[in-house]
Amino acid sequence: MIPTILAVSLLIFVIFSVIPGSFTSSLIADGKGRNDPKVVEQMNKEFGLDKPVYQRFGSYIINLAQLDLGQSFRTRQPVTHMLLERAWPTMKLAIAAMVIAILIGVPLGFVAALKPGSLLDTTTMIAAVSGLSLPQFWLGLLAMYVFALTLGWLPSFGYGDGGIRNLILPAVTLSVAPLALLARTTRAAVLDVMSADFIRTARSKGMNAYRLVTWHLMRNALVLIITTVGLQFGSLMGQAVVIEKLFSWPGLGSLLVDSVSMRDIPVVQGAILMIVLWFLIINTVVDVLYAVIDPRISHG
Amino acid sequence: MSAPPLLEIKNLHIDMRSGQERLNVVENVSFSIGAGETFGLVGESGCGKSITALSLIGLLNRPLSVGQGEILFKGQNLLKMNGSELRRLRGNRISMIFQEPMTALNPLATVGRQIAEMFVLHQGSTWHEAERKAIAALAQVQVPAPDKRVKNYPHQMSGGMRQRVMIAIALACHPDLLIADEPTTALDVTVQAEILKLMQELCDQRGTSVLMISHDLGVIAKMCRRVGIMYAGHLVEERAVADLFRHPAHPYTHGLLASLPVLGQRTLDERKPLQEIEGIVPSIAAFPTGCRFEPRCTRATPICRDTVPGPSILGDGSFVRCYHHG
Ligand SMILES: Nc1ncnc2c1ncn2[C@@H]1O[C@H](COP(=O)(O)OP(=O)(O)O)[C@@H](O)[C@H]1O
Ligand SMILES: [Mg+2]
Repeated sequence: MIPTILAVSLLIFVIFSVIPGSFTSSLIADGKGRNDPKVVEQMNKEFGLDKPVYQRFGSYIINLAQLDLGQSFRTRQPVTHMLLERAWPTMKLAIAAMVIAILIGVPLGFVAALKPGSLLDTTTMIAAVSGLSLPQFWLGLLAMYVFALTLGWLPSFGYGDGGIRNLILPAVTLSVAPLALLARTTRAAVLDVMSADFIRTARSKGMNAYRLVTWHLMRNALVLIITTVGLQFGSLMGQAVVIEKLFSWPGLGSLLVDSVSMRDIPVVQGAILMIVLWFLIINTVVDVLYAVIDPRISHG
Repeated sequence: MSAPPLLEIKNLHIDMRSGQERLNVVENVSFSIGAGETFGLVGESGCGKSITALSLIGLLNRPLSVGQGEILFKGQNLLKMNGSELRRLRGNRISMIFQEPMTALNPLATVGRQIAEMFVLHQGSTWHEAERKAIAALAQVQVPAPDKRVKNYPHQMSGGMRQRVMIAIALACHPDLLIADEPTTALDVTVQAEILKLMQELCDQRGTSVLMISHDLGVIAKMCRRVGIMYAGHLVEERAVADLFRHPAHPYTHGLLASLPVLGQRTLDERKPLQEIEGIVPSIAAFPTGCRFEPRCTRATPICRDTVPGPSILGDGSFVRCYHHG
């Protein structure tokens, strides 16, 4: 875990020292600073941007070891504070989207697999392919237009009081891709397990379809489904950036986008670190779940 | 008149549907198994032994299905039974052991539970009772420390142990008929002998009839009194095992026997090489219209190509389907 964090931090430092622009130049571009070499030098000094990259990286790592992520160039607030504020809305969004995706996608894939080639199966799979290929940005705009602007059922953007009404549109939009993928994976997993030898054994024992599914099929299919859920949970963080921007959702994603365009490196560092941490946590949870479900994976 | 046999298969046809086409995979197969009898079914791989076995318990999957014929079990036609009637027979009165012990068990359930299921399904046991019975069942197939072994998962057992578990499952409800589809093919030779002995003992004790499927005539010779030879979906010869070995009637049976290594024989006969049957089993789509063995047969004449030979009775319920048998 620590090597991963070190590597990611180094990568960000290298990237931001290679791409053109810095916090000071972006301030000037915004018209908030004067393009006076003296002022620029003064500001660079203040933010430590005058020091070479390796020195900045060194002091960053030393601070990180003490759980100090530094201060935002822009707001002068401690980065940890800003991140904690933004983490909860993003988690809420990601979890809500994943819950929707699981609750609809898994049963849909299951039912489709029980009657392969049926009308329901074909419809579901066509819908799933569409769901995967439609751009989320466009889907979000459509949802906004229909449910907020035309029907007026839900607020079109913003966090509101943090209640469920504001959450619905961004969460549903974010859930479309993982839902479609889960439906497809579940269908494939169930079909895969159904052709396994031990299912034939189970049938030869004389059990009915209900027992076959609940005693032998579900757990085995679940092992395959959990992989997808884990992967999707991780990549949701990436997709959330777009959705948060679109719905003005005050999460890590929109913080990251704003900070990148301002070259607010400490915040970028911190936000990406949070996302990496999130990946690592999800991976660990998936591994634990595997060990619980599958006796072939030894514990520890 | 003797008592009616336990299982009587009459003119069984198994079709494979692909699009509009209907191919006859298994054609006109008839044989019967008496109570307590062990009947052998032999043939090269791909001859239709497994699908014949699966059809007996209604487990054929698309694109295969029974076209016509009768499968009488204790006088009742299994093909006329509905789903729940069949399920009551499956595992309970007729059970099956498969070739691959590595994949035939559910990897995520303990073997104890997989045995216990049988008692829950067919004897209305509670899970608690069933798990106690599972220990006894495991003891009967001579698995050491059965009270500990029931808690094992399949991957914690060897192939031979797993096949013992399969036998415990199959015999749990004291079925009338056990179908064993190449039960030892995937096992080491030494383990093979143990498993066969175990099956024979348990089935003898209980008077269980066995349909023993194998491509190994040696196994059949050890286990069975009567044997049917299958070739490309046809039952070409049915004989008492002793007669078959002494006077094989069908050219295919001749070939099978000639390809058997006989211990010591090779040195005596000046290292005569084993006789392989030339060619391979044709694919379903390429089955000949007449005798299906005709393309590989050394005795073939034009009539063999045109019409399927009918059974020639050899006495004692034996028959051979060949124009040039002997
Ligand atoms: N599920 C299936 N779908 C299509 N063809 C099958 C299926 N199962 C078996 N067959 C075909 O049926 C024929 C007989 O197979 P099988 O009964 O497994 O042979 P055996 O057990 O004698 O080796 C083979 O040609 C095989 O390709
Ligand atoms: Mg087979």
